[in-house]
Amino acid sequence: MIKFKLNGRDVTVDVPDDTPLLWALRDELGQTGTKFGCGVGQCGACTVHVGGRATRSCITPVSSINGAEIVTIEGLDPDGKHPVQEAWRDIQVPQCGYCQSGQIMQAASLLKDYPDPTDEQIDGVMGGSLCRCMTYIRIRKAIKKAAAAMREETASHG
Amino acid sequence: MAFLLWPLSVCYKIGGRVIKRLLAGVVGAGVLGGLGFLYYAWYPSIATITPPAASSFSAEQIERGRIVAAEGYCAECHTRTDMGGGPELAGDYKMETPFGAIYSSNITPDPETGIGRWSEDALRRAMRYGVSREGEHLIPAFPYDHFTKMTDQDIADLYAYLMTRPAVHMTQRPNELPFPLSLRIGQAAWKLMFFTPGVYKPDPSHDALWNRGAYLAEGNAHCGACHTPRNLMGAEKKGSAYDGAVVDNWIAPPLNEHNPTPTTWTEEELYQYLRNGVAPLHGPAGGPMSPVAHRFLATVPEEDVHAIAHYFADVDKAAEREKHDPAALALAMEQSKKDLIGPNSDPDAKLYQGACAACHYNAAPSPVLGRPDLALNNALWLDEPTNLFQVMLRGLTAEEGQSGVAMPSFYNALSDADMARLAAYLRRTRTTLPPWKDLEKKAADVRKTVTPIPVNSSH
Repeated sequence: MIKFKLNGRDVTVDVPDDTPLLWALRDELGQTGTKFGCGVGQCGACTVHVGGRATRSCITPVSSINGAEIVTIEGLDPDGKHPVQEAWRDIQVPQCGYCQSGQIMQAASLLKDYPDPTDEQIDGVMGGSLCRCMTYIRIRKAIKKAAAAMREETASHG
Repeated sequence: MAFLLWPLSVCYKIGGRVIKRLLAGVVGAGVLGGLGFLYYAWYPSIATITPPAASSFSAEQIERGRIVAAEGYCAECHTRTDMGGGPELAGDYKMETPFGAIYSSNITPDPETGIGRWSEDALRRAMRYGVSREGEHLIPAFPYDHFTKMTDQDIADLYAYLMTRPAVHMTQRPNELPFPLSLRIGQAAWKLMFFTPGVYKPDPSHDALWNRGAYLAEGNAHCGACHTPRNLMGAEKKGSAYDGAVVDNWIAPPLNEHNPTPTTWTEEELYQYLRNGVAPLHGPAGGPMSPVAHRFLATVPEEDVHAIAHYFADVDKAAEREKHDPAALALAMEQSKKDLIGPNSDPDAKLYQGACAACHYNAAPSPVLGRPDLALNNALWLDEPTNLFQVMLRGLTAEEGQSGVAMPSFYNALSDADMARLAAYLRRTRTTLPPWKDLEKKAADVRKTVTPIPVNSSH
C-alpha cells in the first residue's frame, strides 16, 4: 500500500512498488489529464509536481513518492485558473494539445524558480518538454504573459 | 620480536650446545609469546543477569540513550533489510564484506536471542574492547575501533535505551566467513595489529564545539568506517583518514581536503547536508548516506550536528579553501547552461537536454534548492562515475536526499551506452577533470548492483 497526497487529498494505491507513478495516476486514480508520451523520460508529456518540483511520472516508481505531495494538471488550480492556464487559453497555445498538460506543469514550476524568466532560462528548463506541433513560440509567449500576471498579482496583494 | 633477535645474537658461534640453547630459546620464546597472546586474547564470560525492568531506568536517561543510539546509527546495521526487512534492532542485517557475508546480532533485550541477559558492564566491554558477554571477540564490522572512544556515561545511556526496546525473539543467519577467518581467536590478532582501545581525549588546542564534533565523528558516529579506505586486513588505513572509500557499491567521498567538489564543504553546507539531507551547493545525500541524515541526525539535538559539521569543516580545511568558492560557483553557473541555449547539434547534449536538464539546469548567481547542479556535485568530480550511475539507475525517493521530492529511475530509460555518453558528456562539459575510462562497462557493472529493478518499464 502506497500513500501520498494527490491534489490536496490523501490517497492510497495498492499496486506493485515498481509501478510507474503515471500508471497509478491514470489507471488507479482516474487522473487522465497527465499523458503518456515517450515512456523514457525524454519528452515531458507525463510531467507532474512531486513536492512542488516538475517530475517525469512515467519513470518514477510510485513507491518512491510514498508520503509525498503530488499535484497533477487537475489540481494545479481548483478552477483551472492558474496564471499559466489563463495565459495558455488567452494565447491559444495548444494545437493537438497532447503535450500541453506536461508543458503547463513544467512552466508553472519554472515560474516558481525564475519568476521573471529570460529566454535563456525558459530554454534551459523547457528544453526537455517536446511538442510535435511546434507550438514553442506560443509557449514562450504564454510563459512571459503568465509571469507578468503573477508579478502583478504579487504586487497588488503585497 | 624474540623469534628474530635470538638467532641474530648467536649466529656468530655455531656449536652443539649453542644450537641446543638456541632451540630451547626459540621454543621458550614461542611458548611465552603464545602464552602472552592467549593472555591478551582471553576474556572471561561476564555473568548473565535477569533482564532489568524498564522502570529501573529514568525517562531522561532513556531519552539520552535514544540520542546516543541515533548518533551511532545502531538501527541501520542491526535491522534486517533483505528478505522483506525485519524488526528494528533485531539484527540479521546482511553485510557484504570482501571476506564473505556477515549478519549482525540482535540487540533487543530478548533474553535468549538478544542482549536481555547482558549487564551494563558487558555492553561497555563490547563497545570499548569488541568482546561479547560470553568473552568472544567480535568481528570489527562492528566498529568498536570507534565505539571504544565513547564515555561510560554515553554507554550507560545507550544501555538504558536498548534495554527498554521491545524484545524480539529472532536469531541471525550464520556468518559466511571462510576458515580460518571464522575463528574468533583470529580477531584478537587483528586487534593486536590494528586496535587501540581508549576513551576520546579532548584536544586542548581546540574549543568545546570542535571537541564535541571530534568525539562524535571519531567515536560513536564512526564516520571513518565508510569514509576511510581499508587495508587488506579490513582495518582503516593509518595516514589515510577520510580519503574516501568504496562501500556497498557507492563511493563514500573524501571528507578531508582531497574532497574534489569545486565549492568547499563549509560548516554550513555540512550542517545542511547532515541535518536535512541536502546541501544547497552540493546537492542531496543519496545511497547509504541518506539515512544517516534523515533517519538519525534529523532526530538528535542540532548542536551535535553543528559540532560534527564544525569538526569536518576543519578536517577539510574549509577556511583555507573557501576563498575560491565565488569563482568556482560562477564557473559552474556558466557550465550549467552549456548547450541548452540556442540551436545545438551535439547528440550527447541533446540526450542531456531531454533526460536531465529540465531539473538540473541552473542560472547565475547560484543554484535553486531542488535543482542539484551537476557541475557542483561530487558525482561528477570523483575518480569513478560510480555514484553518478547509481543515482541515474535508482533515482532518489521522496524520503531520500531533499525531503518530499523525487528523482525518477532511468533504469529502463537509458541503456549502458546512453549512460556512458551522458557521463562522458558531463565530465567533459561540467568539470575540468580528465575523462573517465571504460564507461559503458562501468555502467553495466553498476547496473548489476541495482536490485530489485526500481521501476517497471512503461512500454
